[in-house]
Amino acid sequence: MANDKVDHGRRKALTGGVAIVGGVGAVITAWPFVSSMNPSASSLAAGAPVEVDVSKMQPGQQIQEIWRRKPVWIIRRTPEMVESLGALTPKLRDPESREAQQPAFAQNEFRSIKKEFLVLIGICTHLGCSPEYRPEPGTISANWQGGFYCACHGSRFDLAGRVYKNVPANKNLEVPPYYFLSDGRILIGMTKEEAAA
Amino acid sequence: MSGKTGGLFGWIDARFPLGKMWREHVAEYYAPKNFNFWYFFGSLALLVLAIQILSGIFLTMHYKPDAELAFASVEHIMRDVNWGWLIRYMHSTGASFFFIVVYLHMFRGLMYGSFKNPRELIWILGMLIYVALMAEAFMGYLLPWGNMSYWGAQVIINLFNTIPYIGEAISEWIRGDFVISDATLNRFFALHVVAMPLALLALVFAHILALHEVGSNNPDGVEIKETKNADGIPVDGVPFHPYYTVKDIFGATVFLAVFSVVVFFVPDMYGYFLEHANFDPANTLNTPEHIAPIWYFTPFYTVLRAIPDPFGGFVGMVLSIVVLFFLPWIDRNPIKSIRYRSALFRINLLVFVVTFIILGYLGLNAVTPLYSQLALRFTELYFLFFVVLWAYSRPHGAVFWIGSFVILLGGVTLYDVFMNTSEYPELIWKTWIIPAAYLVVTLLLPLFTNLGLEKEVPARVTS
Repeated sequence: MANDKVDHGRRKALTGGVAIVGGVGAVITAWPFVSSMNPSASSLAAGAPVEVDVSKMQPGQQIQEIWRRKPVWIIRRTPEMVESLGALTPKLRDPESREAQQPAFAQNEFRSIKKEFLVLIGICTHLGCSPEYRPEPGTISANWQGGFYCACHGSRFDLAGRVYKNVPANKNLEVPPYYFLSDGRILIGMTKEEAAA
Repeated sequence: MSGKTGGLFGWIDARFPLGKMWREHVAEYYAPKNFNFWYFFGSLALLVLAIQILSGIFLTMHYKPDAELAFASVEHIMRDVNWGWLIRYMHSTGASFFFIVVYLHMFRGLMYGSFKNPRELIWILGMLIYVALMAEAFMGYLLPWGNMSYWGAQVIINLFNTIPYIGEAISEWIRGDFVISDATLNRFFALHVVAMPLALLALVFAHILALHEVGSNNPDGVEIKETKNADGIPVDGVPFHPYYTVKDIFGATVFLAVFSVVVFFVPDMYGYFLEHANFDPANTLNTPEHIAPIWYFTPFYTVLRAIPDPFGGFVGMVLSIVVLFFLPWIDRNPIKSIRYRSALFRINLLVFVVTFIILGYLGLNAVTPLYSQLALRFTELYFLFFVVLWAYSRPHGAVFWIGSFVILLGGVTLYDVFMNTSEYPELIWKTWIIPAAYLVVTLLLPLFTNLGLEKEVPARVTS
């Protein structure tokens, strides 16, 4: 080369430019790989509503269904169970269900459409274990009123899925969208409004 | 093997630095002559890594990463594949032994100050290996698709859910689905058999390269490079080969004997190495009655459970690991070895070991009111250890000791008054004695006794 002088400014600018363009290119190239790990179209599509017959349930009985591969519980509460809910208010973290853990129709003391039937997603709001249905009073501790107990980390919920104070979970159990097709049949996965639309 | 030689070796050496590498890292790598028992665990960690890679390759030949087939393919390995049970038990036992060896290796570093200047990067690379190892073990644990695999992974991935705003998106991204599913299993398989082993090998390579750059520490914490003979060779050093190759072969032999006893006679280690709930296939509707992570994660799991707020617990758990990275800048005492540090330093380290074991024990057990308070207390001790370690970096006056005692015990007490959620006040005050006693011993004794006195460090290694 005839020109022995090195233009350092030019070299710096070119190096910087290559680094920036290359960096942007690397980020853009990374995107498809990162995005490929998100739920795929087929996972998004899986999740059709589930129909459940509850007419033959005994008072106090729990049945389990699967919706979107998550456990969904239906509990037919006895009148005593329904009655016991009101007295627990001071012990609960969110007794009035202010947090959006349920469709609007379940934002009441019973967290359900009908007082008798409770429908919940059976996954603890702490770290996702599936709690146990423990309706018998006095079993988990002396003052236990019946409810759901998560053995993983000791979270407690009442018979409406409302979380107690001073347990690891800090949200009520989630109520899925559902509605009554008829008196004894529930459709889980859709509200009545969504079905009508 | 010095200088140019003929033959095949000479031909290769002219084209590839084989002889140079051998000399630099083995035959002429001078290690201190006073290595003791604790110096077995570095080479043993390498041995276990080799066992895991080898047994893992052969397991991959028979395993199927598919939610429908995975559990049955593991049964197939156990029952139908020739020697499949042996290969699998080597791999599952190897996982637990990896952590036993690594924990002892890390404890050696704590005792002899092996993380201190100029070895900070060796420590940080080692911590990265440890974190990569935890990720590798966690992902491997999902692969048998047993019920504990499934729910354990569910709990751990849901930890990310507790991060405000973006948490849910992150855990969905990790799972590739709304629940743990086939997508999760498939990607964990890819990461477990390809990505993480590559990362581990690269990190181990860097860890050793950094070690050989600065030279090994030793039980006296004396730099052997400071005393060299006329040839520039450390007077207190011996060539790694044959001295330490022979020593390490002896260590490997004893290790393999113990390892074999476990593989052949108690591969499940009474439910500690292979949890019994994992002999049932994954059931998306039924959480095992009692979920406990495998033993090597339980100390950190206890920290998670000790803090009643979900995100707070997650942050606490992450911090309990992250704090270890900063050890070289927390313990700034120029004396490296425990041999020349104060009696109080030894007490502090002993309390830390006991704390770690108790945290591990608590993590294996179900939560009771007493255990949840103990979890909180030993979590406090875990973090206070680092504060005390920092305080022992240099001498202090009465104001410092009394002041830090008042601040730390005050902080612990304020937490109890305002944030301790236990329903049993008497438990709070009874267990409060644990951090209080710890702080009295570690922060007030330097003031009233001579337990804080350090010893003279010799110029050369002593044995």
